[in-house]
Amino acid sequence: MDAILELRNVSKQFPTHRAVDRVSLAIPRGAFFSLLGPSGCGKTTTLRMVAGFETPTEGEVWLSGQRIDHLPPYQRNVNTVFQSYALFPHLTVRGNVEFGLRRKSVNDIEAKVREVLNQVSLTGKESRKPTELSGGERQRVALARSLVLAPDVLLLDEPLSALDPQLRKHVRAELKDLQRRIGVTFLFVTHDQEEALSLSDGIAVMRNGAVEQTGTPQDLYQRPATKFVATFLGAMNWIGDLGIRPESVHIAARAPSGTPSRSAHVTGIVYLGAYVHVEARLESGESITAQVAPGDHTFFPGDAVQIWWSPADELRFPA
Amino acid sequence: MTAPVRRVFLTPAILLMITTFAVPMIIVGVYSFMSRGAYGGVTPPFTLENYTRLFDPLYGVILLRSFWIAGISTALCVLLGFPLALFIAQSGSRKNLYLSLVILPFWTSFLIRTYAWMFLLRDTGLINTILQSLHLIGAPLPMLYNDGAVILGLVYGYLPFMVLPLFATLERLDPSLLEAAADLGARPLETLWRVTIPLAAPGVRAGAILTFVPCLGTYLTSDLLGGSKTILVGNLVQNQFTTSRDWPFGAAASLVLMAVAILLMFAARRKGEDLL
Repeated sequence: MDAILELRNVSKQFPTHRAVDRVSLAIPRGAFFSLLGPSGCGKTTTLRMVAGFETPTEGEVWLSGQRIDHLPPYQRNVNTVFQSYALFPHLTVRGNVEFGLRRKSVNDIEAKVREVLNQVSLTGKESRKPTELSGGERQRVALARSLVLAPDVLLLDEPLSALDPQLRKHVRAELKDLQRRIGVTFLFVTHDQEEALSLSDGIAVMRNGAVEQTGTPQDLYQRPATKFVATFLGAMNWIGDLGIRPESVHIAARAPSGTPSRSAHVTGIVYLGAYVHVEARLESGESITAQVAPGDHTFFPGDAVQIWWSPADELRFPA
Repeated sequence: MTAPVRRVFLTPAILLMITTFAVPMIIVGVYSFMSRGAYGGVTPPFTLENYTRLFDPLYGVILLRSFWIAGISTALCVLLGFPLALFIAQSGSRKNLYLSLVILPFWTSFLIRTYAWMFLLRDTGLINTILQSLHLIGAPLPMLYNDGAVILGLVYGYLPFMVLPLFATLERLDPSLLEAAADLGARPLETLWRVTIPLAAPGVRAGAILTFVPCLGTYLTSDLLGGSKTILVGNLVQNQFTTSRDWPFGAAASLVLMAVAILLMFAARRKGEDLL
């Protein structure tokens, strides 16, 4: 697949610390690609170097076959949806959406604005000011303002974090749907692993300024390359360097005969609605969590149980 | 705080406002409807004549000149103050240093600073002396005792009142808005024109009121730097209470000036916005 956006050994050195350390990425045209990592991992700085708000100390940024790392933001065909949305408070919805069009002196501004507002379901709110909109509507204005310029890549800096949790899941689905319909490449920054897993075609997990692993959500979840990736995406039980996902752990009063199992006793039950986490302590001392269906759950703290798993589900990370 | 406690703490300020602001205003108001006494002061009967006299074209010209000079000075304060305030707002850790430099002149009396300008500008002043000794000019440049000198003095004196509210507005400006403008294709000058300046408008309005109103009523600057040629409303009022000894007319003129200033402030106010 041809890469629309490519980062080649990009680093950013700030006076006090190295925010980004030799990051290389190739993002395919039309992909929904996420930069995932804890706060301070360099994902936002990476995004800002693509947008042009920061200049890489080393390395190159290529967009549609053109090197862009020396260009100012207003000469790059990428647009950003800011974490705070950064809508212009003195302009209406229409004014915000037209902002970039006027500069490009597009003839049929009117038609373009109408089309993009329709795409993000904001028709009829053209003359509202940002303060008169809900959080979700503001986010859609921010999207519309960028999308109307038909960027090669749309950069999104934690665009869902300002929304309340109820709305977030809904908007997440809308965002994915929108990206599929218009086919624009998304580069999406988030610290929320669930968000990244559910939205992305590809994910780069970042840690301390460097890319830890790149792959599809399935790759990262099922075949994490490092202990960090394994822990950061989804829950993980650790027995030394051996990792087992809670959903791979089986638990019963007695294991089927012939199955190698370990003895444990139940220490706690966490009811999570769709499933139950049974927490147990192995005889060897480690804590382990097993995920069971609510109907299968007959455990109480103190119960003696047996725990086992398929060797195929084991993840090993030599120290 | 409960209402009685609040009242206790407010009382000194209220008393001060009543005795030093409300009562004198009422006295000025009453005086403006009375007749002049022989040696200053006022006597009965009550009359409207002090106000009708203000319609004399002679005073109209003075009022217009005052507006003109105050307007020019305010405009120059905006033009000089905006870049300065923007620079200070964007200078990070040096902000406080620059702000204190803006306020530094207040540590000396305004009168003394105005005299300092006279020493600089007059025919035998520092500037003309230096220029002449360098043989750059023959005769001294007439820099003092004209409208230009008055405007210079006003801009110098009131620039901080423009810079401070502008700084306060520009400092609060969300930097991501400027990034967003660049991101959407605006070059720096376009961002300034389409984002920074519109969002600084409340600061410009506040600063304009804070400079225009005192410029309109100035008498010290026009008296010292404008000489006898520049009579402004402030000087007119001052003269009535000193050399002309026509207190009622001076009171009427000062009230009209105040009314005009208040009307202007309301006109400058946008719908739904607070004054200043």
